Amino acid sequence: MKGTKSNQRMLEKAVHLVFLILGLTAVASVLVITVYLFISGVPAIGKIGIIDFLFGKTWTSTSAEPQYGILPFILTSVYGTAGAVIIGVPVGFLCAVYIAKVAPSGIKSVMSSVVGLLAGIPSVVYGLIGMLVIVPAIMKVFNIPDGASLLAAILVLSVMILPSVIKVSVTALEAVPKEYEDASLALGATKIETYFKVSVPAAKSGIAASIVLGVGRAIGEAMAVMMVAGNVANMPSLFQSVRFLTTAVASEMSYSSGLQREALFSIALVLFLFIMLINAILNALMKRGGNEDEK
Amino acid sequence: MRRKIKNTFLAAITHFAAVLVAALSFSLVAYVLIKGIPNISWELLSTKPSYLKGTIGILPDILNTVYLVIATLLIVLPLGVGSAVYLTEYAKSRRLKAAIEFACETLSGIPSIIYGLAGMLIFCQFFKLGTSLLAGALTLVVMNLPTIIRTTQESLKTVPISYRDGAFALGAGKWRVIRTVVLPSSVDGIITGCILSVGRILGESAALLFTAGVAHSMNGFFDAMKSSGASLTVSMYVYAKERGEFETAFAIAAILMILTLIINLCATLVGRYFERRRKI
Repeated sequence: MKGTKSNQRMLEKAVHLVFLILGLTAVASVLVITVYLFISGVPAIGKIGIIDFLFGKTWTSTSAEPQYGILPFILTSVYGTAGAVIIGVPVGFLCAVYIAKVAPSGIKSVMSSVVGLLAGIPSVVYGLIGMLVIVPAIMKVFNIPDGASLLAAILVLSVMILPSVIKVSVTALEAVPKEYEDASLALGATKIETYFKVSVPAAKSGIAASIVLGVGRAIGEAMAVMMVAGNVANMPSLFQSVRFLTTAVASEMSYSSGLQREALFSIALVLFLFIMLINAILNALMKRGGNEDEK
Repeated sequence: MRRKIKNTFLAAITHFAAVLVAALSFSLVAYVLIKGIPNISWELLSTKPSYLKGTIGILPDILNTVYLVIATLLIVLPLGVGSAVYLTEYAKSRRLKAAIEFACETLSGIPSIIYGLAGMLIFCQFFKLGTSLLAGALTLVVMNLPTIIRTTQESLKTVPISYRDGAFALGAGKWRVIRTVVLPSSVDGIITGCILSVGRILGESAALLFTAGVAHSMNGFFDAMKSSGASLTVSMYVYAKERGEFETAFAIAAILMILTLIINLCATLVGRYFERRRKI
């Protein structure tokens, strides 16, 4: 009898240990990814020089005297993301207000599945549509020789960030206590005034989080951008072919070697640091939203 | 009067935004299906590409995608469900719990191109798996880990404490309670997690480009795991961007779009089914 009891205890301990190890896989993955990106990204920055690398304006990795300046990529990523946010966020935000507050319940569930569908469309499909619809359209409308440009990337990205912006904003807006809205309505405000002056301010952390999430999506998107942005390492300009941080990594990876390859890992490290910054902001916003709920 | 104009304006732009999003989604789906479905033929679906005959077939890509889904789920399910069980049933240290949750949030924010690069460095080079479906699947495992953990955790939280207490009171050990009471009641979360992951695996391309490669050879499951193979998304990218075969690209896009529709429908139906069952 005693034997089985101690066996039982051994088993429980073993199971606990197994679950602990499984629980730590996520932490281990993050650590390994971070360490690997630093190990493979730092050496090239050292060789090129951090100033030349981050602020150099020319990227000619395949020429006889290669130059590795990634300022064009950084600025393109920043401008591209900003453009996508300027177009995508207002539409997404208003659509979220509609879904969360205005829509009758039948339309609401239809709209939610529409947004779910937008989120589920693979990025290569967005890229393909961008390549065959948006790029030729830009070429015709603005009468330029090649439509593959920063503008095309911005338009594609602004559609791609819509689902993230809408979903998170809707959740935040739905979490606003009904009493707030009832009080506002009782004071004589109209419904639409209540939504915009009471519900939206009450959900502002969540809405801010949705925008940051959209920024993260836009800055990290690679395949769709690769298919529409033309992929030449120019300084960013709306109607020129440009290269983003993500596409800089993806486009040369398959044939790179030596310092060029190491420099690509350094670009990935810069991108990773951008994402980490965005994640930190997102976490802070989410936490603030959570605290507001508790009050 | 000004107030009235302002109200009308706000109402108008809100409705306009919603109509815009709906119209955009509808036309995206319609465009891809109209351009793609006529190009789907039995020959395309059932053969592999042949340079001799100059024909294109996507059967190897379909098989590779199926293999990737199976391999990824087989590995990620035990890991993700185990993590979720640890978080809700075992973890006592608040710090450790916060660390795991923070790690999950970080993982879900990392863009797929970074996963592709890290997967290439870690699985292909360090573990010497080479460019292979297994390396691709392992990369996808890390990507999907947060999804499985979150959905399982959410459904574990809804298992009433009284179920656990009841089982403990009958003298069951912790492992037995987890096995017989906790896990069976969390099947809904696990299934939802699987559906979401399948959707993500089907749509993933950047992470697979450098880990699973672009080959079109046809293999059985275990041989395929060891060799390079393109998924549907990756081969669509190659056909569209590098070879200019837009007809094939649209055919694949249409297939992906139909799969996305099916997966979204499944997710909604499963969600509704379990919600109803929980109320009973």
